[in-house]
Amino acid sequence: MIDFARNVRLWFAPQEISEEGGTPDYRFSLANERTFLAWLRTALALIGGGFAVDQFLPDLRWAWRVGLALALLAAGVMCSLRAVNHWVRCERAMRQGKDLPVSRFPALLSIAVAIVAVAMVIVVLAGWEG
Amino acid sequence: MTSPPNRDPGLQPERTRLAWRRTTLSSTVAAVLAAKAALHGGVTPEGVIICALCCALWLAFLTLAHHRITTLTADSGPPPPLAPRHATAAVLCTVAVAVCAAVLVY
Repeated sequence: MIDFARNVRLWFAPQEISEEGGTPDYRFSLANERTFLAWLRTALALIGGGFAVDQFLPDLRWAWRVGLALALLAAGVMCSLRAVNHWVRCERAMRQGKDLPVSRFPALLSIAVAIVAVAMVIVVLAGWEG
Repeated sequence: MTSPPNRDPGLQPERTRLAWRRTTLSSTVAAVLAAKAALHGGVTPEGVIICALCCALWLAFLTLAHHRITTLTADSGPPPPLAPRHATAAVLCTVAVAVCAAVLVY
């Protein structure tokens, strides 16, 4: 938790990152940046999915529609916050010559997306019957 | 076969520039969906406000991306790394769009 608070401070303080360790090869920094952007696109896609559930499944019951949309939006928020946090951690690890941080977030996100997808299938099938 | 001395065989700055482009494209899709959702049930004051907010966030993201792309294409040695402040600003734009979406959905 303390580490996390420290990372949050680093989101806003570029000079503190560049004080630690040595500057890595710029290509590694750029690769890290592209990974960050890929996660940000994933987050934007989840947010777009939230809008889409709200817009394109109008026959659903209100609770299901709002529930699914909010779940996707929450996943998008988590994904984007995690994107910047992981980027900062990777950047620090590269500067200090440590191993890159491991993360269980991709697995959690995959499971969450799978659950939402199954819920959508059930809801759409049930919606057609009813 | 000789190549110019400054040429990076992995084309890293170009790939990063294109990654920023793809990301602005994604944010455009999200902004269009937001505008559609906001103005779907007729033009209401709240809808217009949220639509304007999403457009402003989209513009902010576009500005950030453009700034970074200009830095990456500047032809003077290896490009500087992304500033954490920029990364955080991009993420905050995304989160703010999600908050607008939650308000709309609810």
